[in-house]
This record gives sequence, C-alpha cells and structure tokens, in this order.
Amino acid sequence: MSDNTQTITLTVNGQQITRLVRIRQHLVDFLRIELGLTGSHLGCEHGVCGACSVRVDNCVVRGCLMLAVQVDGSVVETVEGLTESGEISDLQDNFVERDALQCGFCTSGMLITAAELLRDAAPKSRDEIRDFLSGNYCRCTGYHAIVDAVEMTLKQRLEGQS
Amino acid sequence: MNDAIDRSAFERTNSHIGRSLSRASARRTVAGRGKYTDDVMLPRTLHAAFVRSPYAHAWIRKINAEAAVAMPGVALVMTGAELAELCTGPWVGVLSCFEGMKSAPQYPMAVDRACWQGEPVVMVVGESRAVVEDACDLINIEWEEIPPTVDAGTALDPDTAVLHPELGDNLAFAKTIDRGDVDKAFDIADHVIEESFSFGRHTAVSLEPRSLLADYDPGTQRLTIHTSSQCPHMIQAVFARTLGIPEHNVRIVAPDVGGSFGLKIHTFGDEVASTAASMVLGRPVKFIADRLESFVSDIHAREHQIFARMAFRKDGEILAMEIDDLAGVGAYSAYPRTSVFEANQVLNITGGPYKFENYRASTKVVYLNKVPTSQYRAVGHPIGISVGEHMVDRAAEQTGLDPLEIRRLNVMQDDAYPALAPSGVPVNDLSHEACIDKLVELMDYDRLRSEQAELREQGIYRGIGIAGFIKGTAPGPQGYYGAGGAPIASQDACTIKLEPSGGVICTVGVTDQGQGVDTVMGQIAATALGVSMEAVRVISGDTDAVPYGGGTYASRATAIGGEAVYQASRALRTEILEMASILLQTEVTKLDIVDANVVDANTGQARIPLSEIGRIGHFQLGELPDDYQPILSATHRYRLTELPYIFTNGVHGAYLEVDPETGFIRLLKHWVVEDCGRIINPNLADEQVRGGCVQGLGGAFYEHCIYDDAGQLLNGSMVDYLTPMAVEMPDIVVAHIETPTSESELGAKGVGESGTGAAPGVAMCAVNDALRPFETVVTEQPMTPEVVLRALGKI
Repeated sequence: MSDNTQTITLTVNGQQITRLVRIRQHLVDFLRIELGLTGSHLGCEHGVCGACSVRVDNCVVRGCLMLAVQVDGSVVETVEGLTESGEISDLQDNFVERDALQCGFCTSGMLITAAELLRDAAPKSRDEIRDFLSGNYCRCTGYHAIVDAVEMTLKQRLEGQS
Repeated sequence: MNDAIDRSAFERTNSHIGRSLSRASARRTVAGRGKYTDDVMLPRTLHAAFVRSPYAHAWIRKINAEAAVAMPGVALVMTGAELAELCTGPWVGVLSCFEGMKSAPQYPMAVDRACWQGEPVVMVVGESRAVVEDACDLINIEWEEIPPTVDAGTALDPDTAVLHPELGDNLAFAKTIDRGDVDKAFDIADHVIEESFSFGRHTAVSLEPRSLLADYDPGTQRLTIHTSSQCPHMIQAVFARTLGIPEHNVRIVAPDVGGSFGLKIHTFGDEVASTAASMVLGRPVKFIADRLESFVSDIHAREHQIFARMAFRKDGEILAMEIDDLAGVGAYSAYPRTSVFEANQVLNITGGPYKFENYRASTKVVYLNKVPTSQYRAVGHPIGISVGEHMVDRAAEQTGLDPLEIRRLNVMQDDAYPALAPSGVPVNDLSHEACIDKLVELMDYDRLRSEQAELREQGIYRGIGIAGFIKGTAPGPQGYYGAGGAPIASQDACTIKLEPSGGVICTVGVTDQGQGVDTVMGQIAATALGVSMEAVRVISGDTDAVPYGGGTYASRATAIGGEAVYQASRALRTEILEMASILLQTEVTKLDIVDANVVDANTGQARIPLSEIGRIGHFQLGELPDDYQPILSATHRYRLTELPYIFTNGVHGAYLEVDPETGFIRLLKHWVVEDCGRIINPNLADEQVRGGCVQGLGGAFYEHCIYDDAGQLLNGSMVDYLTPMAVEMPDIVVAHIETPTSESELGAKGVGESGTGAAPGVAMCAVNDALRPFETVVTEQPMTPEVVLRALGKI
C-alpha cells in the first residue's frame, strides 16, 4: 500500500517527529489518532465550525480541511503546545474566570483564533472581536462571555505594554 | 435548638451559595485536556458507520453487501433485519400519560421499510471509520419508493397516504384544554384579534456529535458504554431492555459532553446497533456521528403551525385566548420520551404570565416522513411564548396601550400565588411585576423609545420587544415519564460520604454538560456540611458510581438534584455532629461545623476537625462506644410531590434594527430579568441565560431544517443550516429576581432553558415593532430576510 502512504517529518508543539501517514488522513485526525493530541476537536469536518483549528507555520488553519501530508516540513501547534509554552495562559485564565466556555468542545479552536487576534496587541472594539471570532462556532455560551474574556485579555496586555 | 444550627445553611457566613465560583473542569478544558467520548481509546476498538436511507419513504427490496463483507478491515456487516433478531422487541414511543396517543413499532434500524431520509439501514463495523465508510459505499440496496407524507397541513386529509397503515391515520395525538367560558368571553369582548403562525423545524447541532463507545466483555457479560449522554440511567435501562441484558450488568459512563441541549436525553437506533455489534464481536465498538448524518438522525424539534385568537376589552384587559396547534413530528414517536411533549407544552404555557381564565387550546400531532422530533431545549416554550406575546402586542396596538402597560395590566400579581395559569397548570412563587419593573430600569425603556422615534424620522427602523414568560422546570413524577411507563426517574439522588481524610465524596444522579452542575452541587454540599469547596469531590455521570437518578433534563439538575444534595449533606452533618458529641461528651445542640472543624456553636472555638472524625470513624473505632456504629454516609432522594413543574418566570427585552430594503435584521441588545429562585452560582446562572438566549435567537432568525416535497432535507450541513455566529449576536444583559420556590428548602428553580424559551418571542415582538410603520406583521420563524421582504410585499 506504499502508494497510499507517505512519510512526513514535522515539528509538533516543539518536538520533531517522523511518521508514515495515509495520504488521505486529515491533519486533525493525524493529531488526534496518531499523536494523541485530543485537544483539537471535530465538529463538522467541512470547515465551518472551527473546533479543529490549529496553527500551522504560524497561521490558524482548519485541521479538517488540511491533509497530514500537507504539513510535511511544517511547524504545527495545538492547544496542548500553547498551554505548555504559556503563550496563552492569560487568555486561558480569563476564559476560566469569566466562564467563557461551557461544554468546552469549541474552546481549543476559540483560544487559538483569539490568540491570533491578540497577537498584534492593538486595541479592538467588541464588534471587531465578534467579527474576528465568527469562524468559530460556540453553541453553549452565546459568545458574550467569550468576547468579555478576549476583551479583558487584550486590555491587560495593552496595560502591560504601557 | 441552637440558633447557629437552626439557621439555614446558605445564610451562614461561610456559605458557598450565592458565590460566582469558577468551574474546576473549565481549567482542564482550556488546556485541551477535556475527555469526550471520542477521546476514550480502548485497545482493539472497531468503528461503526451506517448506510442510511436516501429516500423519505421506501421499501427495502434487496441488500447486496457481499463486496463490503469481503473488504479487508471489515469485521461485521449487519442489516436492520439481522439487528431486529438481537432485540427483545420493537420500541413503541407512547406514554400512558398521553391518553389516546399512538405510534408504530420501531426497530433500531429499518427492517423492510425506511420511513425517513437518514434512517439507518445497514451497519458496517471495521478497523477504522475511514474503512467502514468505504465499505458502506460498496453496499447496494434495491429500493422501491413509496409516496412520502411531508406536509403537516394535509397529513390528516382523507386522500393523504397513511404512513403506518396499522394506525389507521397519521394522527399521533390530539388534546384540547377548555377552561372558563371562552365562547362567552369572545362574545362580550370589545376587540377580537386573529393570527396565523408558522414555526420551522430545528435541530440541536451540539458541537460534539452523538458519540458512543460500547465495550461488551463476554467473560463477565458486562457491558460498559461510554456515551455523550445527559441521562446515563435512562440509557442503561433502555439499552439493557432492548438488548436483553440485566440492567445491573450495564454500566453507562458519560465523560465530558460536548453540548447536549436535550439532544442527548434521547436514544438512537444507530447507538443501539453499535452496542449490539460490540456484543456480537466481543470487542469495543465506537460510533461517532459525523455532521452530515447528525442532521438526518439527531432528533429535530418545533415545526408547528398555530392559529390564535384573543379577546379583550377596550381598556386592554385580556378576556380569553384560543389556540389551535398543528405539529408535524417524524416517522415515529421518539422512544421512550415520545414526540408529543412539545405540543403538550405549547398548550400548557401559552398566555402563561396573564390573569385571564378563559382559555381553549387544542393540538393535533401528525406523523410525517421526516426525522423524528422530540425534546430540545425549552420544549414548546419558544412557540407558546412567541404566540402569546405577539397577541398581547396586537392587543396593545388595538387599544393604544404601550406594550409594557398592557403587560402590567394583565400579568398575575406578585401576591396572587399559588395560582393557576390560563391552561390550568399550577404556578407558584412568581414575580412578573417585579421583573417588569426591573427590566424597565435595566433597558432605560423611555430613552430607548425616544431614540427609536428619532431614528424613525431618519428612515431607520428600529424595534423594541418586550416578552414575558413562564417556564416549566424541574418536573415532578405525576403524569410524567416514569408514571407514563418510561424508565426515567423524576426524582433524583445524592450519596455523600465522609472519607477517613476528612474529604467528602458527593455522588449525584444529575449530570454536567459544562453548565456547571458539578460545581453547583459542590457549593451546596460544602455549604450544608460546613467545609471548603476543595474538600468536596463531586462525581456524576457514571452509573457504577452514583445513586440512581434521572440525569439532567428539563432544567431539573439544581432544583431537584440540588435539593437531594442539600438534604443528604444535612443528614451527614447531623451524623458527624452526633459522633462528635459522643467523642467530646457535649450536647449535640452545642456544636456546629465551620471550616471543616466541629466547633463550639456559641464561641466558634474549634473542638475536633472532620479529619479526626473521619479517622476515628473508619480506623479508631475503639474510641467509640460499642453500641455506636458510625456510617459517615447519607443518601437522600428528592422529588416534587404536589406540582407537575416548578414554574419560573421572567421578561425579556430586545432592541434591533430592520433594513426594509434588504430584510436584514441587526440585533443591537438583549435584556433578561428572570426568577429562578435561589441562585447558587450567579455567574453560571447568567451564562445559562445568555447561552439559552442565543440558541433561541438562532431559531428565531436562522435555523431551519428545510424539506422538499419528496421529504429530502435540503440544508443538512453547517454550511446551509445556519447557527448563530459571534458577529450576529448582541450583548445580553441579565438580572434576576430571587423568589425561592416553596417546594424545597434550597429554594432553587431551573434556569437552563428560559433564555431559549423567550428569546424567539421577544425577537418577533421587536421585529414587528420595527415594521409597525409598514402596517405588516411577521408571524413566521425563522424570520429570515426573505420572510421580512415577503411581509413587506417586496418579493
């Protein structure tokens, strides 16, 4: 079955790994099944809900719309890696404090998208935050608390800079 | 009795009740360490996928599965007929509490006839989901199409095909409530208004799809099922009975549940089939529904058409209301909860906030060749509240009253309880007047009206909506599931234990789907016992570990499960104090528990820590008299005894803008004042309300399962079935009036569904308020741009 598989080498959460993967396997299935990184979730498998969002070479992508073979040579970051590096610990604290998650199924993707918004640490209105997060669906919270948590993190980061 | 002991635990200075504590599980989830069913991985697990009917109605003439059976990696191919052989009998989704209700026998997969597009027909089990999906594509079924019944409006016509001929017609259930003298009230009324309404089908779209991992051990004949469920004991009973295994040999574990909203209180044929496969193969079998099959196999809800009339005096007093409801359910009534609760609830709650006593309401529930419907968040309430509140607004318009004033005039007074709602359902401890007063203040209503008038001059059409509601929560056993013959508990239970370390294990029959049930139960237990939150470990969602309970549905977890925890904790506290009084040779009334210490009740001086009580009670029994045996554990069960529900109430406000050129609607702000009784955790309660509102707004504006005349679902994907996005939703301001229920010591009522129940109604009131200058009304949900433009006569 060698024509159906390919060896890929990539960096996942700071560790270089090499795996033989089926060429039809999606990135998020690869992360979940082959690497046990179950923090990324499958909500729709057609690129709408955002629950499978992960970072590839510093860009947020849908893990269900990308194949594992496409990340050969890339740097992939998941919520597990962002947690361990501490990059989003303030955002995570605010999510917990503000109860900006209920079932938590969307949360990993939401955090990764929010981290992108926060990266340039530029002031944003609530409407701009809402707009930016609109590719990530949440069915539990109604979004208000998520916007609060992102807004609070941004405010704290801006205060920290000044 | 000493004051400190007699005083309600939640009023003590070290109470955890009324505090916005964050959830410990949230800390885990934000790190990506949540454990959902698909994250549970057992050795040798096989995966299931299903061939589903592509037709709404068709005979299965032949199934050719040889190629799938021969495919490498496939372990089992099972047809519906083969599965039926493994079942103790078919499901019949009726309850005796719904008099005259009928439904056809249903097996977990179609046997010889498929009755909706998406009904499972053949199961394939194999080494990966990808392999079994490939194998499903190799199965060739010879179908013979049968004309489907898809329109509720004609389902009872004599020339419409009868879906299940043995039932005689397509009628599942009919009911009429007739109170007071409706005809006379309409005769003497100054005004009568009439309106027709239409409510589309919705589905839950929990972000985590339905998920199950069945693991049958042939050695011990023990079946363990990990599943994303709100009601583990119900799943245990139904699966055990259907597959012929003793219930006590079945363990149901609900790990983290990725959204549920009522979807996950139900049983599904594909899940039973996957479990049967595990029994046949003696290996774990996992079934994770994909999104496309979710749309055609998860329960649907709503789909009602209503004709309503209201009679009132010229001063605005409502005299009577009449509604005629037609509900289209699916091909079968869902087992075991049925598909008729929604219609029944529409009859119960329409016009619920008001004093009028003449009420006639009837419903007909009809079978259609569509996905079966059943309970989904706020069952019936979005429909009944939308209808009732729209009619009240029309009455205001006719009498020249402000929408607020007509509601103030007609709502039940806060000192009028106990009372009966217009339908005759008992209501108690409500606070409509106080809620309206608070909403007016919160919205700055007069300023908003001025702003609306100013903008209208500039051609900007904003609308303000006000909608009151009652919401049935925390049902009692009378006339409910259990009494009607279903294995579903309406009571709930807690077993609480003091461990040798002084730690407390609190096991509960209710379950947590992220709303914070475990945290709330911990707050109640810690408060009632007098210990810190950190000292209490709450365990839920595992039938091997927890006392028998109903699980979480119908906004019951805090009101029913919480009272069980409270009473069990008080009983354990009493035992601890008794044991302490023996050890300390002090009268029990002179002792209290504060901060995990037994203390002198008067001075607060620490006498003995709970860790010592635990140690002595488990290991050093020689320090106790021979005739005293400590148990250090208490179980308590709690149910409503008199009432069918603990009703809550509240009022929503909405502010939005309609673009009459495009029909687009922009939601500007939403306000809620509601009364869920004593609030255990204000932040969690608020977030239940907010999340609920957005789910209701989804149904009001976007969500709709659209079927064509052939019974094909046309928009079964997240691309086409629209759920709310962040950018479309408004900020939601939440406030509470707290009137504890008289039914329990804790005083908590349900809170999880009222937002979903009332948001569509207030949204419809606001849209029509915006459209008032155009002298048209919108009475169809979802209120899409197309619906708005049609109302405006533009298309």
